[in-house]
Amino acid sequence: MELIESKTLGTAAASIEFTSIPQDGTDLVALYSIRATADTDTFNFKLNGSSSNFTQRYLRAEVGSVNSAARSDDDFVTSMPKSGFTANTFSNGSLYIPNYTSSSNKSISEDTVSENNATDGRLKINAALWSNSAAITSMTFEAFTGNFATGSTISLYKITKGSDGIVTTS
Amino acid sequence: MTDTPTKVIVDCATGESTTVPLTAEELAQRETDRLAYEAQEAERKAAEEAKETAKASANAKLKALGLTDSEIAAITA
Repeated sequence: MELIESKTLGTAAASIEFTSIPQDGTDLVALYSIRATADTDTFNFKLNGSSSNFTQRYLRAEVGSVNSAARSDDDFVTSMPKSGFTANTFSNGSLYIPNYTSSSNKSISEDTVSENNATDGRLKINAALWSNSAAITSMTFEAFTGNFATGSTISLYKITKGSDGIVTTS
Repeated sequence: MTDTPTKVIVDCATGESTTVPLTAEELAQRETDRLAYEAQEAERKAAEEAKETAKASANAKLKALGLTDSEIAAITA
């Protein structure tokens, strides 16, 4: 796994976009440690600038509730700690997209956790499909309201098949 | 006056990072996405509440028939 770019916010921002993603990898991985400035724990994920043509099923666990649902509003939404959650804590999240340069639809797996003042630990697992044949050249994380807090970090990696020198691909 | 939300653009080809205000189109899309999400969440919560209400009503009717809590649990678990 090779780091493409990593960004830590020195100033809060509503959106973080990675552009000109190299096309010589096989899979994309994003690891993130983020937090909202607003009292809203959701953010939106876009590929090639688009928040459309996503289908999503999630499993969410929090104090007093475990639920699963399919989302049909076209976009891909996930979670982070909101403003009232434990001060200075950030989510642990990861997102995986295999075969990101292929001309097939793109499958996505994502998981994230956050913690709320020792009273509530939250987990969300997402499976999604982006129905688009374009190779992925940009990836955007966008807070629905407010900003990603200062100190939020997103790192983007690529995995190239056969690059470990052990596995031979043909 | 409210500051316009910003976007940090990280160019993976050059490693350069720039910060720009969201465009009017991006702001509109952000609002559309937020409203769509909130509408679907409201729908999900309403469905969950309706399910809980129906469950409580069903339990009450079973109790009225004379079933005990453990008997109700045995047939609904």
